[in-house]
Amino acid sequence: MKKVMSVLLIGLLSACASQTTQPTAESTPAARAETNPNLNPILTDPNNILSKRSVYFDYDSFVVKNEYRATVQAHAQYLRDNAAAKVLLQGNADERGSREYNLALGQKRADSVRSAMTLSGAKDSQIEAVSLGEEKPRATGHDEASWTENRRTDIRYQGE
Amino acid sequence: MMHKSHDFLSTPPVNIMKPGFMLARHRQSTRCSLFLALVLWSISAPIQAALDIEIFGGGASQIPIAITPFVGEEKLKHGITAVVAADLQRSGLFRLVDSSGPSLRDPRQIAYPDWKSRGANALVIGSAVMLPDGQVEVGFYLMDVAKQVQLTEYTMIVPADRLRAAAHQIADIIYEKLTGDVGVFSTRIAYVVKQGNKYALQVADADGFNAQSIIEYSEPIISPAWSPDGTQIAYVSFENKKPIVYVQTLATRARKVVANFKGSNSAPAWSPDGKRLAVVLSLQGGSQIFLVNADGSGLQRLSQSSGIDTEPNFSPDGQTIIFTSDRGGSPQIYRMAVTGSASGVAERLTFEGSYNVSPHHNRDGKGFTFIHRNGAKFNVAVQDLATRQVQLLTDSRFDESPSPAPNDRMILYATEVKGRGILAVVSSDGKTRQELSMQAGDVREPAWGPLPKTASRWQQR
Repeated sequence: MKKVMSVLLIGLLSACASQTTQPTAESTPAARAETNPNLNPILTDPNNILSKRSVYFDYDSFVVKNEYRATVQAHAQYLRDNAAAKVLLQGNADERGSREYNLALGQKRADSVRSAMTLSGAKDSQIEAVSLGEEKPRATGHDEASWTENRRTDIRYQGE
Repeated sequence: MMHKSHDFLSTPPVNIMKPGFMLARHRQSTRCSLFLALVLWSISAPIQAALDIEIFGGGASQIPIAITPFVGEEKLKHGITAVVAADLQRSGLFRLVDSSGPSLRDPRQIAYPDWKSRGANALVIGSAVMLPDGQVEVGFYLMDVAKQVQLTEYTMIVPADRLRAAAHQIADIIYEKLTGDVGVFSTRIAYVVKQGNKYALQVADADGFNAQSIIEYSEPIISPAWSPDGTQIAYVSFENKKPIVYVQTLATRARKVVANFKGSNSAPAWSPDGKRLAVVLSLQGGSQIFLVNADGSGLQRLSQSSGIDTEPNFSPDGQTIIFTSDRGGSPQIYRMAVTGSASGVAERLTFEGSYNVSPHHNRDGKGFTFIHRNGAKFNVAVQDLATRQVQLLTDSRFDESPSPAPNDRMILYATEVKGRGILAVVSSDGKTRQELSMQAGDVREPAWGPLPKTASRWQQR
C-alpha cells in the first residue's frame, strides 16, 4: 500500500509541479535591483535619524504624530537634496476586519507620510505610496501591543 | 451521538483515504448533528493541501434519503456512492438513512415497506459497470418511498478517471429533483493557503478534493475572484512589494497584469459579461473604484468620494455595483449605478452598527451577503434588497470574505478556530454549518466558483 501511494504521490506531484505558477526572480523588479553599492551609508547608520524608517499611528488615526515629525522631515530633506533618490512608503493596518478595507486604511497611512514629505520639499515623483494592509504584520500577536506595532508606515529607499 | 452514516462510509474507496491521515473525531452537540470527517488530499509540491470537513447542526426539515451502494462499484478504482452521499449530507438538506442490505439495481426488486420503516422518504439505487473499451456506464434510479414511484432515472458513460465528477452530477440531479434548487456539487472553490512564509492560491472541487495550486510565492496573495465563465481567476499579489492585480487563465497558467498603476491596486471584481473588472486604485489619491478592461486597457474612474471606496461587487445584471465606503464616517455598504463617468452619488444600504463591509450579491440579485461587526465580533450577515431586512448567520468571532454558492443556498467564508484560519460554509438559513480546515497552515480568502458550463452527457433512460 505504501509503495503504491508513494508512486501515486510522485506522479501527482510532478503533474502538479508543471501546473503551478511560481513567479521567477526575473519577474520581480525588487529582486532585480541588487543592493545598490552607491546607497548612501547614512541611510542605515544607526546614529543617523535617517535609519529610523517607521512611523506609527494611533488607533483609527492617520495623522503623523508629533514624535515622528522630525523623522519624516529628515527623509523629506534627504529626498530634496538627492534628486535621484526614491522611496517606497508601505502603509500597514492591524488585523481586525476586512482585508481590503485594511488595505485602504494602510494606504491612508502611507499617503499621510507622503503628504508630510512633499510639504517638506520632496517631489511627488520621488515617492510611491502603497499599502500592505494587514498582510505583512511585524508583530504577530492578537493583542493591543501587536496591533499598535502594526499601525505604521515604513520608508524604504530604492535599491534596498 | 454517532450517526449511522458511519456504517455507510465504512468501506471508502482506496484512493481517497490515506492511512495515517484518517481522523475520527466524535463530538457531542446539543442538537442532532452529523459528524463526518473526510480527509482529502491534493497535489502541490511545496505546500501540502488537504481540506478536512466537519459538519455541524442540521435544519429542521431535512429529507431522509437512503442511498444503496451502486452495484459493481467495488470493481472500479473509484466509488460513486460515498461521493454522492457526502455531497447530499454537506448541503445540510438531507439526512442519510441506514442503507445496509443487499444492493439493488432493479427498481422492481425494491421492498418499499422496508425502506419506509427505516424512515426514508427517498431511495437511490444504481450501478457502475466497466465497459469493454475501459469506460464506465453509470446509471441510477431515484424513487419516492411513500408513493412507491420513480422520480427520475439517468444513465451515462464516462471515462474511468471521471467517476468523481459523475458522482457529483448524480448528487446535483438528486438535489434538484428533491429540493427544486440547482445543485452546486460540481462547482469549484478558490482560496489562499499560508504555511510559514509561503502563500498559495488554490482551486479545489467544492468538496475540497483535487486541490491544485495555481500560484505560489513567498509574498501574500489576497482577493481571488472567478471570472463568470470559470476559466480565469483575478487576484492581488504582493510579489513586487506592492499590491498588483493579475488575471490568470486556469487551463494555460498564463497570467497578465491587469492593474499596476502607481500606488496600490486591489479588490478585483468581474462584470457579469466577463469583459471588465472593477478595481480599487490609489492612483488618483485615497482608495477609489475604477473600471478596467479584462486585458488591462481602458481605465475609467467610477467612484468619487473623499473617503475610502472599496470592495466593489457587480449586480447580476451588471447595472449596479455594491461596495464598502466610509464616506459617511464609518465603513458601510452602498450601491451606485455603473455609468460612463465617475459619480459621487451612491445609495446607502446598511444602517445597523458602525462596521458593515465585504458585500457580495446573491446570484439571484435579490440580496447580498456581507460582514457585520457586532460588538467585538465580525459575523456573516445577509440583507434582502427589497425589504432591507438583515439576518445574522454566524456567531463566531472573526468571520470574513463571505462568498455565496451559485444557488445562494450556502455561503463560504473565512473564520478562525483556536487561532488558526479555516474556511466554513453556512446555509442561507443559518442552520447548518461546515468547517473546512488544513492540517497545517491557515486558509483564507475563499471564492465560490460559478456553475460549470459542461455539456450534459446525461440521458434519461
